[in-house]
Amino acid sequence: MSQEHNMRRVTAIRNGTVIDHIPAGHGMRVLEMLGINKRSSVPVSMVMNVPSKKMGTKDIIKVEDRELTQDELNRLALVAPDAHVAIIRAYSVAEKLTIELGDEIVNVVRCTFSNCITTNPREPLAHRLKIVARVPLELRCHYCGRPQDLDELVNNVI
Amino acid sequence: MPGLITMDDLSNEEILSILDDAQRLLPVAEGRTYLPLLQGKILGNLFFEPSTRTRMSFETAMKRLGGDVVNLGDVKTSSVVKGETLFDTIQMVDGYTDIIAMRHPRQGAAQYAQDAARVPILNGGDGAGHHPTQTMLDLFTIQQAHGRLDGLKVILAGDLRYGRTVHSLSHALTRFGCELILASPSLLKMPPEIVADLNAHGAKVTETEDLLGSIETADVVYMTRIQKERFADEDEYAKVAGAYKLHASNLDGAKEDMIIMHPLPRVDEIHPSVDQTRHARYFEQAFNGVVARMALLCRLLDVEVPADIGGGA
Ligand SMILES: [Zn+2]
Repeated sequence: MSQEHNMRRVTAIRNGTVIDHIPAGHGMRVLEMLGINKRSSVPVSMVMNVPSKKMGTKDIIKVEDRELTQDELNRLALVAPDAHVAIIRAYSVAEKLTIELGDEIVNVVRCTFSNCITTNPREPLAHRLKIVARVPLELRCHYCGRPQDLDELVNNVI
Repeated sequence: MPGLITMDDLSNEEILSILDDAQRLLPVAEGRTYLPLLQGKILGNLFFEPSTRTRMSFETAMKRLGGDVVNLGDVKTSSVVKGETLFDTIQMVDGYTDIIAMRHPRQGAAQYAQDAARVPILNGGDGAGHHPTQTMLDLFTIQQAHGRLDGLKVILAGDLRYGRTVHSLSHALTRFGCELILASPSLLKMPPEIVADLNAHGAKVTETEDLLGSIETADVVYMTRIQKERFADEDEYAKVAGAYKLHASNLDGAKEDMIIMHPLPRVDEIHPSVDQTRHARYFEQAFNGVVARMALLCRLLDVEVPADIGGGA
């Protein structure tokens, strides 16, 4: 019931993507990681701090006229690992997606260690962070091996 | 086997078998026998920061086995200073050589180079990261002295924070079931993530600031240099570093077969009076750099070291 109520805080969209179960306060990060604030001109609405049975409070984002791909969604592993995504077509849910966490996060964020070889922006190889534990999420740089501070890491979005 | 970036690239069995090869290669390293196992092979020495010792020992190892060496030359005058990426440098050297030995000031550079190269990379030190060829020669030295690697009690002393030598070595020793005593000033303690890894190996690890108080029970005391630059001022350095110096008079209670090691160069953390004691092993250790690297070069180039070399090992 509260789910219904939450969804109605913003108008239903005809076509596009709804991202639900974002930890409260991480909505802006999600937009950043999807590159939505920078390059897109599609309408976006976000509700913040809405009550959630599972999470206490959460953020929800609706992006109109754009369907997120699984690859784009996987970028969110760092900030919203439990996000649920619904692809909306003609006002109804056409597809449901969840984040797939592989063994590595590739070319999403840069290693946070200041003396890592990857801090040279001209080095062409992929930025790779290995997942060493899932809950809670623990990452190490594939190259320098340093453990990554997740709060710092979200500032290093590529 | 692609290359040697960290000690994790070698299993315990591989480590022991490479040390075995090194033992048999001793007469070749000493110049008593000529064995051109690596004839026709070229080693690329890529030292992006100065290191006479490691670079020379790679070069000597290659030449003792009949191989050739090309050097990057002075970083200040090479293309690196013109802003060439490591990726591009590797693309070039990869085409010229059969194997690359590399030191780089940035951590992770060796893994990066390995991902960019077809030939094996031997990591000769990357920032404060790993230095596995040093670890192999250290293990060789310990095995030479004690006849085994397992179950020894080893003190690592001095700068454990920035010393990449002790980072790689501590990992390897705990894999062989050694007990570690980490003796350092609080400012230069072993990074917590490394201590966590060592504990995860199930190793007994003790951290202390008291080096001299731990010596009596040790089988190996591994000293490292504490650099002045790590401290805010000279007084602070003098006060702290004094506790991490060895004099022959500190060794009275030591076990008979305890050995003292040091990656060299030393400054004053080991007094010359120690050189004359039966415990001093750091000069043999330095020599072992050649033979350990010979064995590694053969292994990574897939060249078998014959069982019987002759020359009286
Ligand atoms: Zn890194």
